[in-house]
Amino acid sequence: MSKPLLSVRDLNVRFHGERNASALNGVSFDLAEGEVLGLLGESGSGKSVTLRTLLKLHPPARTSMSGQIRVGDTDVMALQGRALEQYRGGMVSMVFQDPGLAFDPLYTVGEQIVETIRAHERIDADTARARALELMERVQIPQARRRLDAYPFEMSGGMRQRAMIALALACRPRLLLADEPTTALDATVQIQVLLLLRELQRELGMSVIFVTHDIGAAVEVSDRLAVMYGGRIVEEGSVADVVQRPAHPYTAGLLASTVVDVPRDQALPAIPGAPPDLAALPPGCAFAPRCAHASAQCREQVPALQAMAGDERHRAACWHALLQPAHA
Amino acid sequence: MSALEQSAVADRGGPAQPLLSVKGLQKHFPVRESGALPWVKKGPARKVHAVDGVDFAVAKGETLGIVGESGCGKSTTARLIARLIDADQGSLVFDGEGVAEFGGMALKDYRRNLQMVFQDSFASLNPRLTMEEAIAFGPRAHGLPAKEASARARALLARVGLAPEQFGGRYAHELSGGQRQRVNIARALAFEPRLLILDEAVAALDKSVQAQVLNLLRELKEERGLTYLFISHDLHVVRYFSDRVMVMYLGQVVEIGPVEAIYGAARHPYTGALLSAVPSMDPANRTQRSPLAGDPPNPIDPPAGCRFRDRCVNARAVCAEQAPRMLPLDADGRHFARCHMNDPASGYASSAPAANPEAVQ
Repeated sequence: MSKPLLSVRDLNVRFHGERNASALNGVSFDLAEGEVLGLLGESGSGKSVTLRTLLKLHPPARTSMSGQIRVGDTDVMALQGRALEQYRGGMVSMVFQDPGLAFDPLYTVGEQIVETIRAHERIDADTARARALELMERVQIPQARRRLDAYPFEMSGGMRQRAMIALALACRPRLLLADEPTTALDATVQIQVLLLLRELQRELGMSVIFVTHDIGAAVEVSDRLAVMYGGRIVEEGSVADVVQRPAHPYTAGLLASTVVDVPRDQALPAIPGAPPDLAALPPGCAFAPRCAHASAQCREQVPALQAMAGDERHRAACWHALLQPAHA
Repeated sequence: MSALEQSAVADRGGPAQPLLSVKGLQKHFPVRESGALPWVKKGPARKVHAVDGVDFAVAKGETLGIVGESGCGKSTTARLIARLIDADQGSLVFDGEGVAEFGGMALKDYRRNLQMVFQDSFASLNPRLTMEEAIAFGPRAHGLPAKEASARARALLARVGLAPEQFGGRYAHELSGGQRQRVNIARALAFEPRLLILDEAVAALDKSVQAQVLNLLRELKEERGLTYLFISHDLHVVRYFSDRVMVMYLGQVVEIGPVEAIYGAARHPYTGALLSAVPSMDPANRTQRSPLAGDPPNPIDPPAGCRFRDRCVNARAVCAEQAPRMLPLDADGRHFARCHMNDPASGYASSAPAANPEAVQ
């Protein structure tokens, strides 16, 4: 594999305050140029924290971070001031879950896109506006010229999310971070936005990290999947590997409890218990208290990601992986 | 036996009589024109056609799933049935007795027989009540002595899987989302209701927790002979959980039928489009084309004729001219759809195709 666009090594994030929470615990992954990584997990698994850390959006006073993030040749952890501002939105940008909150209600969508472009590039307002229009057309907003002068509240949810994507693409980022971009949308609109993201990603050749709790949505857009639990990546691999041959018991449980074809007269195979408390993670595997395969080793030692037999890129962090490890 | 249990309504009409039947339910909300500037000329008064003539019945012990896009009126229907808002028109008959009409069932009795669980588990609990108090509150309001109400609350907490000594004294913010939703279910059950309206009750939960709560709801249903109205946007969950499914579009029921018929042989183009918008879960077989373009339309000015015609690939001239009727599609009269394509008398076959800019070909 050539040099990855994004490389994250041993990333740890802790939040301080009334309670201390270990939100990320030694997260490492790579993302190639033009690749789409789906980051799957439940609330509190660390998937959104990972995205925010990539943009250094956490309040520095209450956050301690360690580890390494490199995007291209940029050392993100060392970025400060003006360089950080240029990096955010320029190199890497983000689409948030709730476009109603991400837009400023007092400015039109067009003004906000123009402002973003001019904050990053020295061009005049007319050129920026022409580019904003082009972007609105690109994300398939009907009557784009008119919508440029619309306020966010005048748009429907699906259209706002398209406008949000246009805003994120305004400075031609190489990496797009999408944080549950379709969760708040209707199924009929969700599939439109997913197809749009897939199309834009192919056309522009950018890399995407797509965070979601919805496996179906992740399967629609991703090349690879990484499953997070308790602030760690517990499994990663190609979409087919993870969905059809899960190696980690958590992934398997998550897939089983995602009702697709469970016969109606059977109880759902639910994972017992609740997601872990990030303020008091167990010393071993965070999933051990809910896991049917857990042994004494699981409760004491954190398993590292290891490759599964037959496929070096399918890795799971489990002492009792459901597939044969490559180096047993 | 307590006063509460004595007055609870027992089964009257037998299994053949529907538990709840809804007829001609209608609710139009007036649109508030900006009234802040009195000299600004107001436009004609407009209305949101939230629910526009909804008829259906729920049999005893069955689960009726209600699906549709946002703004289709599914939650308004639930609120009208629970009498949280008053209907403009329409009637509710609960086990053979008219609700809140002369000689019928009193509203207070009706509400005890019907309870609701909402999507937002936190907003639906009083932050100043402990979980035990929250569950006991309703029965006490209905005349159960405090001691008995507390005992009942503790028994229900245990039933929904929360140890009463551990959780009874906690406040809503001290529980996780899944635990709070269990408390909401326990609170709904405190009245010994016969009908439970679940309005996106599992939508906000994580998948692994969602499965636990769905299993709990199934067990409770068997144990207590409950009837569910299950409103959800998750079509997989609706398929798993419902006996019959009702599809709504712009305030109307467009198709209703047994779950196998809706998922296996949908007869309304909207149902087909809605179902194929669900991600496939198969990386080798991804969705290539969106089945519907655009957003759900605005319920303020629903189109004349068939309300779906603007987005329908099969629309023809007749669809704009006359509104389709709800037609039975099978011999035993369980599957109905509102579409001219199923009606030989509608003249659909001889009608010219409509030019349809929004429909995906």
